[in-house]
Parts: sequence; C-alpha cells; structure tokens
Amino acid sequence: MIFFDFARRNIRLHWFRSVLAVIGIVIGVIAIASLGILGNSLVLSITETISDVGDTVIVTPHTGAAAAGNGPGPPGGGAVTSNTISERQVGQIERAVGPNTVIPLAQGGDAIAVGSETGAAVIYAMPVEEMPALLDLADGIYPRSTGGALAGSALAAEFGMQPGTRVQVGSNASNTLRVVGVIEERGVGFDINPDFALIVPHAWYSDVYDEEEYDQVIVKVRDVGDIDVVKAAIEETLNRRETVVDVLDTRMILESLFQVFEQITVFTLAIGSISLVVAGVSILNVMMMSVSERTREIGVMRSIGTRQQDVLRMFLYEALILGLIGSIIGGVMSIGTGYLVNAVVLQRPEFLFVPSSLVYILYGMGFGVATSIASGIYPAWKASRLNPIQALRFE
Amino acid sequence: MSDEPVIRFDDVSKVYSLPGGDVVALDHVTLTVEPGEFVAVMGPSGSGKSTLLNLMGCLDVPTSGRIFINGEEISRMSDDVLTRLRRNHIGFIFQQFNLIPLLSALENVEFPVVLTERRGESRERAIRVLRSMDLEEELFSHKPSELSGGQQQRVAIARALVNEPELLLCDEPTGNLDTKTGTAIMDLLRLENGEGKTIVMVTHDPKVAEYAHRHIRIVDGRLV
Ligand SMILES: Nc1ncnc2c1ncn2[C@@H]1O[C@H](COP(=O)(O)OP(=O)(O)OP(=O)(O)O)[C@@H](O)[C@H]1O
Ligand SMILES: [Mg+2]
Repeated sequence: MIFFDFARRNIRLHWFRSVLAVIGIVIGVIAIASLGILGNSLVLSITETISDVGDTVIVTPHTGAAAAGNGPGPPGGGAVTSNTISERQVGQIERAVGPNTVIPLAQGGDAIAVGSETGAAVIYAMPVEEMPALLDLADGIYPRSTGGALAGSALAAEFGMQPGTRVQVGSNASNTLRVVGVIEERGVGFDINPDFALIVPHAWYSDVYDEEEYDQVIVKVRDVGDIDVVKAAIEETLNRRETVVDVLDTRMILESLFQVFEQITVFTLAIGSISLVVAGVSILNVMMMSVSERTREIGVMRSIGTRQQDVLRMFLYEALILGLIGSIIGGVMSIGTGYLVNAVVLQRPEFLFVPSSLVYILYGMGFGVATSIASGIYPAWKASRLNPIQALRFE
Repeated sequence: MSDEPVIRFDDVSKVYSLPGGDVVALDHVTLTVEPGEFVAVMGPSGSGKSTLLNLMGCLDVPTSGRIFINGEEISRMSDDVLTRLRRNHIGFIFQQFNLIPLLSALENVEFPVVLTERRGESRERAIRVLRSMDLEEELFSHKPSELSGGQQQRVAIARALVNEPELLLCDEPTGNLDTKTGTAIMDLLRLENGEGKTIVMVTHDPKVAEYAHRHIRIVDGRLV
C-alpha cells in the first residue's frame, strides 16, 4: 500500500490543484445524475398518466382521419364509408380474433346539459354488453338498456353527475340519458380517453345521430403473447386486397413511446457527460503536471528497485483517489440537486426517491470514477515508461 | 559466484543518438571489478563516468558489448528482472542525495525494503541501519527538505545499504558537501568496504579518491 500512500501524500501536497480537479468531477457527476434523474422523472410523470397495458389491439379505418382524433366535434350525419368500419367488418374481425373480446365504438362530441348547466363532452358509443370489458366503475352500475350512460370521472366532477343524474345530449331536449355509473379515472390512453367523456349505448347513438358504423374497433387480447397472431389475423381478413384498416397494438405504441423517452434520457446524459469529459481533461492535466514535476523522483524510485508497474499503479491511485472523492461528494450533492430539479421543473420532487431515479446517482458516480481512471492511464503509463537515467538527469 | 567478478565489462560501448549526431559516451571499455574492491573512477567532465556507473547499475543497457553482473549478462534481461537486480544487489548513492521528498528520512530508508518480500521487518531494519549512520534519532521523522546535505547523504547511504547489496555505486557522493562532512561520509563508506561491500565511486576530488584501492581514469569514453 506504500504506492497508495504516495498517491495520497502527493494529492495532499498539491491540494489546491487536486481540489480543482475534484470540483470538475463533482460537477460532472452532479450533471449526469441530475439530468438522468430529471429525464427519468419526466418519463415517470408521463407514464403515470398512461393507463394502457400492452394488451390492446386498435383497428382504425385506413384513411380515417376522423377516427384518429379524439377532439370533440359533431359527428357527420352521412359519414364517408371509407372513414368508418362497418358492422360487417366488425363481424369479420370477431371471427378472425376468436375468443378475444371485440369492442366496436363510435365517437363524437356534442353539447350537453345537466339541469341548468351546459357544456360539451366527448361521446363514445359502444354496445352496452362490451362496456364492462373496457371500463371500470367508480360508482353505480353498467347500463343495461339504451337509456343509460356512463360518465367519465372528470366530466362527472365538472357537472356534479352521480348515478341517477339526467343528461341532455345535443340541442334537442328530448334526447336525454340517465347516468347510471361513473367511470374510474383512467388517464391518457391510446384507445379512448373517457375521463372527460360520456359513454353511451351504441344503439342509442345510431338512433340519435343516424350513424350505423364505427370509428374504431378495440380488441382486448387475453394473452399478451397472442398479440401478433391477432394482428395478423385481422390484417389477413380485412387487408387482403387493399389496405382497409390500420392495425396497431398498444404495446407497439408504448414501445415506440418509451424508445423516445430513452432517446431523451440518452441525450440528457450525453450533455451531462460533456462536463465529465471536461473534468477528465482537467485530471489528465493535473496528472501530467504531477508526472513531469516528479520525473526525477520517478528516476530515483526506479533506480532503487521500483518496478514499472508500481510507478503505473502509484499514478493510477492518484487518479482513482481524485475520482473517488469527486464522485462521493458529487453523489451526495446530486441527491440535493436531483430533488431541486424535480421540484422546480416537474413540481414532483418525490420522483427522486424511486430506484430508477436514484440509480442515476450511481451512474454518475461510476462515470466519475471511470473518467478519472481513464484520464490517469496515459500519464501513469508515461511515468512508468520513463527511462531511469533520463529521469535522473532531469532538472 | 565467489570467483566471479562482481562486474565485468566486455568491450562495452554506449552511444547516445542525438539530433545533432551521435555522442559516444563509452568507447569499447573492458574492465572487471572483483568482490570487496573499492574503485574510484576519475576523469574530466563529460568523459563518461556517470554513463559507466549507470551501466554498472543496470539502469541502462549498452549499445554494444556485454556486461556481466555477478556473472550474469544483463543486456538480455527484461526491465523487471533488471529492477529486481538493482533492488536486491545494488545500492545507489548520488551527488544530489535524491531522497524522495514525500517520505520522511526513516521512510526513505524503509522504502527499498517495502519493495521486497520482507516488508514485515522494514521498520526495524530501517531504524537499525539509519542509527548506524550516526544520524540523530529526532531527525528520523523529518522530511528531506528539513535536513542538511550531510544528513541527507547519510539517509541516502542508509537507503542504499538497507537491502544489504553486494555492490555500492556512488556518483560523486561528496560533491555537494563541505570537506568535513565529506570526510565523515567517506569514513562511512570505508567502513562498509571493510565489511566486504564492493564500492565503485565516481569523484573529481583526489583526496576522496585516496580512500579507494584502485583508480580508473577515463577520458572521452576510453579507459587510460
Ligand atoms: N541521456 C543522455 N542523452 C544524451 N547524451 C548523454 C546522455 N547521458 C550522457 N550523455 C553524453 O554522454 C557524455 C558522457 O556523459 P556523462 O554524464 O557520463 O559524463 P560525466 O563523466 O559523468 O560528466 P560529469 O563529470 O560532468 O558528471 C556527455 O557528452 C554527455 O553529454
Ligand atoms: Mg556525472
């Protein structure tokens, strides 16, 4: 351990420049850890609002711009056939997917009125018997007849709806529904976003809006492993001659979304790494100074029997110590800065305390130590390769 | 090993290739040093004395010719083997003392022992050898920068002796010392030679050279 001791003493002797080098590492570690934590917290706060699991296949008309949008807007009376999915096509899908649940739905939006309060809501229409498969209730029951409807949690809160509340849909006062249940808050989904919506029976909807066809078909796949088979079956049935429908699954959408998140995280980490590279250069600089100042000393050590590898180790220890000190300080400080950036940027400081965030502190520290050692390799190698005589003559 | 010379140079040349042309530091030198000898190497500045000593000390390998230390040829040895040879069999004493500034006097003496496998006893050995150099005990913990030249050279000699080498190589050991201190240092060296150590010493000073039994003169890299 004498060579570790040498390294320690040399750092102490040149404490000022060692402190500067350590500060570089500290900043680098903090940058990596904080940016990593921020990126991860961002992903967490977004995924928190996404309810989907990867078990849903969504079928939309190929040219169907209307089906893709969720925004409110009065559904057209005479819809273009190519923008919708017909009853016959739903039947084909049902046969193609076998035992998996098929939920055809239409969507639109209209003015609504609850008592004297008026406003607008997104409207999803689906067969009443399929509602339990797609929606969970917070209160009340599922509709059994065409006169019942479900209210999304946010909509119910806004209009003070409860099971039993009457809702007028559209401007015609005779078109009323009774809310029989309130849906549990569901967050943002790739299939439907019911929180601000009214879910109505499809029979009622087609009656009122004279719209027989569907905008979207949702297939709940029982076994996630079957998703590809189900998708292939639907494509095979409907898209044989020309592409009639687009078939997406939420797993795929989630995957591409998480891929984007990953890229964001990598990007932020790359920015953080730049500061570590700078820190690495400063360590390299400190070490090169150390080597050239101690050239004569290295010559003496070599002449009295110190091996090349010992000299190498001595300088690597020096880099390691600087890196360790910097990383530990940086790691501790990242807890504070991670908390701070989460609090300031996301107003959600608690996202720091999940393992997937905290691990970035370890990453930062690991990178800090690794950068230091990497920066020490060249100076250490150079020191160990000094010709003893040349080194002894050095003044 | 006993009948082998400690050092044998066989037609050794050392050429430094510089941008301005080759410098012949040693020119076909052949010599032997027997066990127990005390040899003084003399000659004008730049004649190749230090080069000769460095080759004896296995700090470098010759450009041509062969060097035997205790009967073993060194030019084929790897750097690690040469380093071990220096550590176990050769002690260096320099004009500039060359103590390691980060270490105290005692630690400097201890250092060569720590490099060997006999680490455990390093502290006792260092104390014992340093005591025999007539250095006041309270100076043991001082850093080299806090010692006088004579004190530093005593520490350096203790460091050279601590691994009990057979060969001591001294490059102007008294060059940076006043006459009185130099005499004390030379007395220490004579004592070591009396106990059987082989000593090769480079010096400019004829008085210092008188301590040696044999004189080698070198001019322009050639023995005369
Ligand atoms: N590492 C080296 N590179 C290039 N030339 C060298 C080197 N070492 C020694 N020389 C040259 O070799 C010659 C002999 O040098 P050396 O140091 O052996 O002389 P010296 O006899 O010890 O001189 P002094 O009494 O001044 O110490 C000189 O001309 C010197 O310039
Ligand atoms: Mg010289």
